[in-house]
Amino acid sequence: MSDWRFRLADNRSTLLAVAIFVVMFILYISNHPAGLTANVVQTASNKAVLLAFVAMAQALVVITAGIDLSVGMIFVLTNCLASWLVVGTPLEVGFGVLAVLATGAACGAINGAIVIFGRLQPIVTTIATGAIYFGIALALRPFPGGSVDETLADALTGRVFGLVPASLLVLVAVVAMIWIPYSRSVTGRAAYATGSSEAAAYMSGVPIRRAKFVAYTLSGLLAAIGGLFLTFFTYTGDAAYASGNAYTLFSIAAVVLGGVSLFGGRGSAIGAIFGALAFRTIGDLLFVFDFDPLWQPLFQGLVLLFAVSVGAVALFRVRNRLDWFA
Amino acid sequence: MKELASPLRKFSLGGRLDPAVATAFACIVILLLIGSLYSRNFLSPEYLLQQLKVAAFLGVVASGMMLVILLGQIDLSVPWVLTVGAMMSSALAGYGGAGEVFAIPFGVACGLAIGLINGIGVAYMRIPSMIITLATNAVAQGLMVLYTGGFSPKDTASPAMRYLATGFAIPGVPNALVCWAVVGVAVVLLLTRTTFGRSIYAIGNRERAAYLSGINTRRVVMAVFAISGGLSAFGGVLLAGYASKAAQSMGDAYLLPAIAAVVLGGTSILGGRGSYLGTIAGVLLVTLLQSILSVMQMPEFGRQILYGAVIVLMLLLYGREKAIGR
Repeated sequence: MSDWRFRLADNRSTLLAVAIFVVMFILYISNHPAGLTANVVQTASNKAVLLAFVAMAQALVVITAGIDLSVGMIFVLTNCLASWLVVGTPLEVGFGVLAVLATGAACGAINGAIVIFGRLQPIVTTIATGAIYFGIALALRPFPGGSVDETLADALTGRVFGLVPASLLVLVAVVAMIWIPYSRSVTGRAAYATGSSEAAAYMSGVPIRRAKFVAYTLSGLLAAIGGLFLTFFTYTGDAAYASGNAYTLFSIAAVVLGGVSLFGGRGSAIGAIFGALAFRTIGDLLFVFDFDPLWQPLFQGLVLLFAVSVGAVALFRVRNRLDWFA
Repeated sequence: MKELASPLRKFSLGGRLDPAVATAFACIVILLLIGSLYSRNFLSPEYLLQQLKVAAFLGVVASGMMLVILLGQIDLSVPWVLTVGAMMSSALAGYGGAGEVFAIPFGVACGLAIGLINGIGVAYMRIPSMIITLATNAVAQGLMVLYTGGFSPKDTASPAMRYLATGFAIPGVPNALVCWAVVGVAVVLLLTRTTFGRSIYAIGNRERAAYLSGINTRRVVMAVFAISGGLSAFGGVLLAGYASKAAQSMGDAYLLPAIAAVVLGGTSILGGRGSYLGTIAGVLLVTLLQSILSVMQMPEFGRQILYGAVIVLMLLLYGREKAIGR
């Protein structure tokens, strides 16, 4: 009971992300012509959940002080793969889903292995592997097409009891089954320790390599869940370079809005989810205020620029100028 | 100590050659031999000159990227800064008269301006370069989408731009190649003969130490990002002249090759080490690789996969960080 102040301070950035989202969503709903109906919520949730999964994937890697510029491409690759595999009899569909998730995890594991054992910088590594993953996606789907099991797709993108969006429930389930056990495990704590100071973590005998490897692998898995959902919404696979790039970019924006420090060691995947929800809502605000859709890319770019600039405020607290060059 | 001495040595061509640069040149020879087995035209002067001309566009962009990488930073805003350079210069050329005269400087100035924003973000606001450049890239994209209305712009390049990219001022030598040579000589002089160039290497090795030895590190970093933006935009101006108009996604094909060329040329991705000779080798290597893959009619997906794989492999050969705790 006495540690509630500590917990509040520890989760301040996550709570801020929740607050931003709530304000934005209220603004959105109050100006939406249809108001708060189950339909509006379902559409909004379906769109936001995609980014939420990719943002979670990004957050796991960013917490270890890395970055994954290939999340968007893993997302696109698994979308293309799902458009081939997730069809047919229920058994085939089940195996298809497993194969897609395994592919995503394998992509993440490859990133992790190169970063850890190859000792390369995460930025260049994931730019390069991102090109490879996109190449594979293009090989799978040179033209948009394919199909997906519609019963499963409609079930997961529809509403449960006619009220709650199913996609939101899946998101909650993924958080409960992946993020919560992970963040409370030794490996999860090791990921935070590695992110705050790799050298100190090493000296304290923290399993750095395992922490990073698990973080990258789970990141690939989460991106694959996102890719699977994209297939459920669109019923097709499309190796779109622009869409992969956009999701990578938005995932970084969501992570920053969600209070995950880009220098590692701070923040949570839950913050990133709310960052993603807030980012999507901000994008949709333009529509309810009747702006030309052409303004959307610029507006999203400016939101991103603003979000990353906010971190600079911390510079005013720096007492020793040498701390600039941390 | 060793690292401070190395840039001096590497520039004297007669001295010991950096193994990375030697390997890159060896790879070029091997590629030419493989190509000549495939088709006799590969060793003809016309083909080689054509390759040099194509390489010039990448060479200009890679020069800016190299300066940024020498600082230990990265510039991911290349794709849309290049497009901004191309679109803005052709847009001004569309006004005719004075517009045509100022088309090229205006395009480059737009790039400089975006580069300056990157520089201020990185140097003064201490935002990680990869993040702020992604953000400015998004803003630049947003601005261009707004400007063109989402369609291909109708403006065409001015005669001066076309002359610069496709003309022959010196018989037998394409002007684009001359442009690259001028940029290259300027960069070499900057790096080897000026305090500014020395400061770039010093900051790349350890910014804190450079700051303590009295270098205004923030101004240098800001200026380098501005130069990189200007050179990307200049590359865009040349490309617009070459194709005689600007296009929406013309810059996408330059980010990865530019980073690849710099890194394959032996410039350390961590900064502080590298020579322009290596970058020349890297640019030629990437251009030849692209050309051979297209002569062999390798589909787009194969090229993407090969790019990614080659970059990862070459980095694993030279680009590794020191193991922590050892």
